[in-house]
Amino acid sequence: MSVVASNLVWGVRRKRIVSDVSLSVAQGETLGLIGPNGSGKSSLLRLLAGLRRPQSGRVEISGQDIAQIPRRALARQLAFVQQNAATDTNVSVRDVVRLGRTPHRSALSGWSAADELAVASALERVDMTDRRAQPWQTLSGGERQRVHIARALAQSPRVMFLDEPTNHLDIHHQIEILRMVRDLDLTSIVALHDLNLAALFCDRIAVLQNGVLVAFGRPAEVLTQPLLRDIFRVQAEVSDIDQTGRPHIRFMTG
Amino acid sequence: MTPSDETGSGAGWLALFLVLVLAVLAFAVALATAIGDYSIGLRTVTLAITNGLGLTGADIPPIEESVVWDLRLSRALVAALAGAGLAICGAILQALLRNALAEPFVLGVSAGASTGAVCVIVLGIGAGSLSLSAGAFAGAFAAFALVAILSNGATSGPNHTILAGVAASQLFNALTSYVVTTSGNAQQARDVMFWLLGSFGGVRWPDFQLLCAVVICGLAICLWMARALDAFTFGDEDAAALGVPVARIRLILFAVTAMMTATIVSMVGSIGFVGLVVPHAARHVVGPLHLRLLPACAAVGAVFMVLADIASRVIVAQQTIPIGVVTALVGVPFFAIILYRSRPQT
Repeated sequence: MSVVASNLVWGVRRKRIVSDVSLSVAQGETLGLIGPNGSGKSSLLRLLAGLRRPQSGRVEISGQDIAQIPRRALARQLAFVQQNAATDTNVSVRDVVRLGRTPHRSALSGWSAADELAVASALERVDMTDRRAQPWQTLSGGERQRVHIARALAQSPRVMFLDEPTNHLDIHHQIEILRMVRDLDLTSIVALHDLNLAALFCDRIAVLQNGVLVAFGRPAEVLTQPLLRDIFRVQAEVSDIDQTGRPHIRFMTG
Repeated sequence: MTPSDETGSGAGWLALFLVLVLAVLAFAVALATAIGDYSIGLRTVTLAITNGLGLTGADIPPIEESVVWDLRLSRALVAALAGAGLAICGAILQALLRNALAEPFVLGVSAGASTGAVCVIVLGIGAGSLSLSAGAFAGAFAAFALVAILSNGATSGPNHTILAGVAASQLFNALTSYVVTTSGNAQQARDVMFWLLGSFGGVRWPDFQLLCAVVICGLAICLWMARALDAFTFGDEDAAALGVPVARIRLILFAVTAMMTATIVSMVGSIGFVGLVVPHAARHVVGPLHLRLLPACAAVGAVFMVLADIASRVIVAQQTIPIGVVTALVGVPFFAIILYRSRPQT
């Protein structure tokens, strides 16, 4: 399912946070959204997922304007994984993943075989089947993130949005989560901080600065020495070690 | 775990729990109608109730029949409904505000009701008990309206709403104190205090009918939205991402809880702690999912309140202790246990 954004503008009071962003993501593609702190990554992600309404511009999924799609119908197609979503409620892993079925169930409908299948395969996908009865509060950060992704998968979405899913995780879990996202048979849009991980796992990368889309393309086209210097204000060497088109960035401390 | 987790064994267990609690409730109500200054045997109580329902035509002393049917039964049933309603409101607000300390009075409803009641008792706006309830109800809704406006029609986050509720409570409590200190005499001040602490004295069948309608409608609406409430587990934005119309659900449920709380408070005063403590207790037994939690809260809240009403009448002979004092005396130690058990494990 393709996602096409045209001329998105959004801000709070007088401050413009997203300025005239247009981009398109093809079916099955993994798009990385990068940019310095405060560049508008999270806001753009929420605009694309329909969680915020743009002041002007529009987002289309498979040619349909998402502003015209009711909230619940939208949630059957788009899933959103927040950064470090937490709760004090004593819920089990399974309870959390079951929440993903919310948009598919009406107020009185029972728990169907399709619901059960979606939850079971989502748990299987993130390798948490054996721990489905475990209380949320006893999970580590990486496990919580996996459960959130399982919940998003249980929504049976066609596009998945993830806001810095690797935050606070060790390098093993960062790679594990992103590999999982890349291998999903979904269109996914991921806001990321780590440039090397973005280069490794994304098909294309969009770079934001002060709400403006300043570069958009394949990792090797986007992650260049001048861009890193101008946008991220770092001196770095960019090398393409194994000719895969996935550059590696080595930062210089000067 | 099986696909029938929600509809099968889990629901069966919940049904068993509810049947058990309802049996206890029936017994507690019978006990509440038997106990009093004029003590009546349980057999007579049962016969009087079945007579009243038209099921039997047993021959029992008319005075006893009248005491049971006209005075005590309506009181016990109002107590049960008030307990059920407050517990439901507490559970809803704890979920919507994502705050374990939320309770039915967090939106300022109780403080507003007090101001309304005080205006009637002290300033004598209107006269008679009907207008006392009407005054309390008007005050409660004024407070709720203020909170709704301060929190932008419930579109702001939970903490904003809680702060708005605190502000409204402070304002209306200050107004209450102002009216009592400037215009009240000692007797009126005592009346006000007694009213504030809650009392089931004087409730009759019409009160029961009104409360019954409000609580049942409220419970039905909340159950209808139970799945949406579950989706608030990880916050508003997460609920929105799961397809829940957050602002609409919030506003509807705030209005429903305010309506239930205002009706209860204007009828029996502001009875604290039931709405705070019962949802926590029920969550321990049936888990956090609202489709189970809300009926469990209703049942446990009803039992708790009927038992508290009995306690309020028997602790000191010939005297009724305000119900709010009893619920707090039971509620505070219970709350202390919750606090102790949920302390950070360091």
